[in-house]
Amino acid sequence: MLITQLKPKEDLLSFISGEKVFILQCYGCAEVFLPKEEINLFLEELNNSGTLIVKNIISDYLCNYEYTKLRINLWAEELKKSEKIVIFSCGIGVQVVSTILNQVSSISHQSPVTSHQIYPGCDTLYLNGFQGLTPFNFDCAQCGQCFLNYTGGICPLTSCAKSLLNGPCGGAKNGKCEVAGPAGIVMDCGWEKIYKKLETIGRLDILKEVIKLRDYSKR
Amino acid sequence: MELKELFAKGKFVVTSEVGPPKGWQIEKTLEEAEILRGKVDAINVTDNQSSVMRFGALATCHFLKDRGFEPVFQITCRDRNRLALQSDILNAAAFGIENLLLLTGDHPLLGDHKDAKPVFDLDSVSLIHTVKKLEDGSDLAGNKLEGEPPKFCLGAVVSPCAEPLEPQLFKMEKKIKAGAEFFQTQAVYEVDKFVKFMEKVKNFGIPIMAGIVILKSVGMAKYMNENVAGVFVPDNLIEELKKDKEKTKSGQTGIEIAARLIKELKPYCQGIHLMPLGWNDKVPAILSQAGLI
Ligand code: SF4
Repeated sequence: MLITQLKPKEDLLSFISGEKVFILQCYGCAEVFLPKEEINLFLEELNNSGTLIVKNIISDYLCNYEYTKLRINLWAEELKKSEKIVIFSCGIGVQVVSTILNQVSSISHQSPVTSHQIYPGCDTLYLNGFQGLTPFNFDCAQCGQCFLNYTGGICPLTSCAKSLLNGPCGGAKNGKCEVAGPAGIVMDCGWEKIYKKLETIGRLDILKEVIKLRDYSKR
Repeated sequence: MELKELFAKGKFVVTSEVGPPKGWQIEKTLEEAEILRGKVDAINVTDNQSSVMRFGALATCHFLKDRGFEPVFQITCRDRNRLALQSDILNAAAFGIENLLLLTGDHPLLGDHKDAKPVFDLDSVSLIHTVKKLEDGSDLAGNKLEGEPPKFCLGAVVSPCAEPLEPQLFKMEKKIKAGAEFFQTQAVYEVDKFVKFMEKVKNFGIPIMAGIVILKSVGMAKYMNENVAGVFVPDNLIEELKKDKEKTKSGQTGIEIAARLIKELKPYCQGIHLMPLGWNDKVPAILSQAGLI
């Protein structure tokens, strides 16, 4: 869909090394750019380092919500066996999968697959003139420093009117943002959504961790 | 004097605020400050409040300092990127401004330049972090500062009556971790809610100044209930404002309500912050009715 690059290896390894991981790669817009070779090299390294790759799926267009939902149901068994899920796609792919996984787990009464187990494997970079194909309500700001692992799979840049990175501004009233979004559509406060999501999956601790700063040299 | 020194001495700290004018003639604002002389510990100066373009907060603070007031320089992240923010913070140090209040800021769409670019390069938490770095002798990018690093007392804000409260609390904790040394709150009208909030933040061990906004009219109360985040004026106060139209118009009802709120809140917090929104002349009466002067 968009141009992506592998996240820093140290970041990825600190998240998954020694765990059972489910790998999901999206080749949907691979013709645009997905760092396939680097991903494969990384997976080889992982294999040799004692991390168990439960399954390595290559899929098309994770951003296609309905299609991805059907496919995820097929992998239920393997997902159950996995401790961490790493998604090599653009930010939309990660957002879609993280949304679906939370729903799937409630439908099929499995142990909940929670988005704290999900990690974006790539940072999505800005690609001039190419705005993505997703017809759904997910938006990736192509910031080059994907924050989705930290915000429960909800993008703080596109879901918050001020693109805040460290929590809500105090301007939300009755769950609504202090300003209307594009075309005057009233939007829900993105940070209240992020908070609720992390509360549901029992990972509010992540929010308190670090002070996040945007790196505009990446976009 | 840094506000934290007053808190450390166990003083119940009182601050009020002035808003700079839309224009460059600052005399009227300075006169408003004169009304507060000797009655409050410090005076906040708002930064393009409500995203409405005005005379600058930094220059106003400078004028106040020159006249022997203790200003609290409010800095929002709405209009400046990290270079300009750091630069203004250094300017403040040179002017001898010791207290900062660091906020995210309202969105430009709420103000009078709706087509302005919303900056928000930093947010309240990373802004506090930035000042801390300057105090440690380097800028945000890690470059060393020349000479003495600046020293400030860092304030932040929290909305104690917000619903839901939890997202506010985690951000508050983050601000404290980043280096906030005191808090001023959004306007409080519900004492019971505030008391519950104070119960929850007790172990943060940080001085909190309850926010007081003078109620000017029934319309204002209703407007805030509908539009201002984290502010709820209960029905009994609205009834009180309705009862005696003349008294409310003259400001008497607002003064009485504010003084009563202060008395009720005082046992639970370390100070109060008045936001008179132009009604500075009512502040002395409020403070004396509340028994603070
Ligand atoms: S109200 Fe929520 S979504 Fe709107 S700017 Fe504030 S934190 Fe962001």
